[in-house]
Amino acid sequence: MTQNASTHGRQQHYSVPQPAPWPIMGSAALLLMAIGGVFVMNGTRAGWASIGAGFLLLVYMMVRWFGDVIRESEGGKYGGWEDLSFRWGMSWFIFSEVMFFGAFFAALFWARVYSVPDLGSIESNALMWPGFAPRWPSAGPAFEEQFTPMAAWGIPAINTLLLLSSGVTVTLAHWALKENDRRQLVLFLALTVALGVLFIGLQAYEYGHAIRELNLKLSTGIYGSTFYMLTGFHGFHVTCGAIMLTVILVRCIRGHFTPDHHFGFEGVAWYWHFVDVVWLGLFIFVYWL
Amino acid sequence: MSAVIDHDHAHGHHDHHGGYGGIMRWITTTNHKDIGTLYLWFSFLMFGVGGIMAVVIRAELFSPGLQFVNPDFFNQLTTMHGLIMIFGAIMPAFVGFANWQIPMMIGAPDMAFARLNNWSFWLLPFAATLLALSFLMPGGAPGVGWTMYAPLTVQMGMGMDFTIFAVHLLGMSSILGAINIITTILNLRAPGMTLLRMPLFVWTWLITAYLLLAVMPVLAGAVTMTLTDRHFGTTFFNAAGGGDPVLYQHIFWFFGHPEVYVVALPAFGVISQVIPAFSRKPLFGYASMVYATSAIAILSFIVWAHHMYTTGIPVSGQLFFMYATILIAVPTGVKVFNWVATMWKGSLSFETPMLFALGFLFMFTLGGFTGLVLALVPVDIQLQDTYYVVAHFHYVMVAGALFAAFAGIYFWLPKWTGKMYDETLGKIHFWLTLVFLNMIFFVQHFLGLAGMPRRIPDYPLMFETWNKISSLGAFGMGLAQLLFLYIVVKCIRSGAPAPQKPWEGADSLEWTHLPTPVPYHSFETPPVLH
Ligand code: HEM
Ligand SMILES: [Cu+2]
Repeated sequence: MTQNASTHGRQQHYSVPQPAPWPIMGSAALLLMAIGGVFVMNGTRAGWASIGAGFLLLVYMMVRWFGDVIRESEGGKYGGWEDLSFRWGMSWFIFSEVMFFGAFFAALFWARVYSVPDLGSIESNALMWPGFAPRWPSAGPAFEEQFTPMAAWGIPAINTLLLLSSGVTVTLAHWALKENDRRQLVLFLALTVALGVLFIGLQAYEYGHAIRELNLKLSTGIYGSTFYMLTGFHGFHVTCGAIMLTVILVRCIRGHFTPDHHFGFEGVAWYWHFVDVVWLGLFIFVYWL
Repeated sequence: MSAVIDHDHAHGHHDHHGGYGGIMRWITTTNHKDIGTLYLWFSFLMFGVGGIMAVVIRAELFSPGLQFVNPDFFNQLTTMHGLIMIFGAIMPAFVGFANWQIPMMIGAPDMAFARLNNWSFWLLPFAATLLALSFLMPGGAPGVGWTMYAPLTVQMGMGMDFTIFAVHLLGMSSILGAINIITTILNLRAPGMTLLRMPLFVWTWLITAYLLLAVMPVLAGAVTMTLTDRHFGTTFFNAAGGGDPVLYQHIFWFFGHPEVYVVALPAFGVISQVIPAFSRKPLFGYASMVYATSAIAILSFIVWAHHMYTTGIPVSGQLFFMYATILIAVPTGVKVFNWVATMWKGSLSFETPMLFALGFLFMFTLGGFTGLVLALVPVDIQLQDTYYVVAHFHYVMVAGALFAAFAGIYFWLPKWTGKMYDETLGKIHFWLTLVFLNMIFFVQHFLGLAGMPRRIPDYPLMFETWNKISSLGAFGMGLAQLLFLYIVVKCIRSGAPAPQKPWEGADSLEWTHLPTPVPYHSFETPPVLH
């Protein structure tokens, strides 16, 4: 071991974690939630019990699993080599998330470019849907009620500002961390969390407004479908991101991370930027254009 | 050159199973070899389950008319057969190979994220449980075909919801696995193991992992839209609400075509290890193999609508996708050429792995040719949804991917278990499988050309002879796999001890640098490569 430790000038021991019961616990939790979910969706309310149990188990599993990782990290088990793995891993995880959103954006573009114009074509008007005028936003030819589409320059524009500024504050926090200025770190990180929470709050308010005053629901044809599924999944990701940021904030307060060893912080910051970029796409294609 | 690393390190790692024994060892393990073993046995189990379904399907098709199952249940069987074989049998088999082999082939101590690796595996049995549960629901499992087309999926019973969640779990497993594989390959290579020195199997998995990352989330999106269309009033696939059922097909096949290469590329990788070993020559055109594999992967993203020639896409679209599809034949041809050229003037021997590799070579090429036939729009308009398509994809998936998996098992079993399998029995297994497989699927070309539709439990009298032959082949194929199980068990229990390098021509690190059987932990310190 020593003989090649020196020859390559690189860390020689990659730390492989010990066996752990958390993964299978996570699977069991997901199974419970899936079964419960199916029953609830099909009208058996008892399914909620299973969802609840699965959710608690999932939270417990995550607390313990991440707890282990944090302990290992603070215990100095991860050097530069493992750190690089985390970086690759997080990047490609985010890539897969981008593809997930891609599917829903594809649905949006498909509806706007193909299916709605097609439904208003001459053939379609003559054979199936007389009088349907293809206009975006559209809820489709069979949708009878009136609805008002969401305007871009109210709350959504404010939300854009909020998220973009939170991208700035998280970067300021990062700089502070690198300078080892813990006070600024905590300050800016807390500010980031606050902006995130404010965003979620406004988004929730906006949903309420849309459902009550604009008559815009998930079932409002393809416009409602794409609007709520895209912004909903985004909101869900922001919520996860805010929780992750909060955990990092608590860790910062407790004195975790050093100026040159803090991938936990960076990974979450990357995730936050990703959520930010998705929002820009949403703002442009869902709200604005 | 120091050949074999001594594994009695002084530096204290813990006992083999890190404190857990018995069944808990397998549940909690973070060892890539254990996890590889789990994947492979799980895959075999699913192969059996999916195989039983196939046998029932073929029993029903043995004669015209309805014999054993009603049409609805027949549809459930074809659906579950497809899903289980693709997601439960073939994909996990190759992930099993990846787990065992990649760390050893690149000189890594384990996978980059060992705990996550455990989760990738342990999601699978739970997903399988969800699929199995769907049979017990009112209305049974979904009878929609493995492609799960809307709007049929929107009308199914509860079983559909179970299937959707199962697909989510399967997708999670694949994504986590892909992240792990990419990170392992990019970050855990031993010093000196440059990218272009990696065994081709590792390369094919690197590229496959990217395919998985790009398409599994898209599949998750597609089934999620199905779910919300079913229960929450969205209208993604409903024209009355401005949506479009054809949208489902686009999203699905954007996943679906790269997915067939997820199945095929690791198979190419195995074959690219086996053929040189038994030709006692290095792989011909290594670099061109890498480029061809990448080209296939990239092209696979722009051919998806060849599955949709008959579902209403404009002629310009048909033309584009036809040419793009035909273009894939070029890099595929490069690969076949290189395999043949590797054997050219080699000193060949024909042990079981090589037999399966050759079987792969012939029959995969045949499957590729029928693919080209189907890629032609005017021809496909006739053949779409006939048994010709079934014959095509079984030649690439069974005669291709499954044969590669068998080749890999026979090739590496001695290394993994430290014991030799019974060569005679292995050869018998090969010949039986080869003959029965062609009995099942070759005749299906004729059936398809004559117009027999797929996924229908009944057929006119004129199709009877070929169907009988096909069904007999299926029963034989099923039985032959019991022999395979016997061979593997016999090898593990009482095989003769295997030498470090039973195959003269094999040259990757697991043969040259590790003893047989490989120790539980290998390459805890990177090997020295020259
Ligand atoms: C040269 C390479 C290939 C070409 C040109 C090709 C072409 C095609 C075409 C045009 C179809 C659609 C037929 C129809 O539905 O009418 C098809 C179906 C299919 N192919 Fe291939 N293919 C190729 C290789 C592969 C490989 C390597 C695999 C898997 C390992 C594969 C698996 C499938 C499957 C599963 C289907 C049927 C899907 C379904 O409808 O259920 N193909 N192929
Ligand atoms: Cu295809």
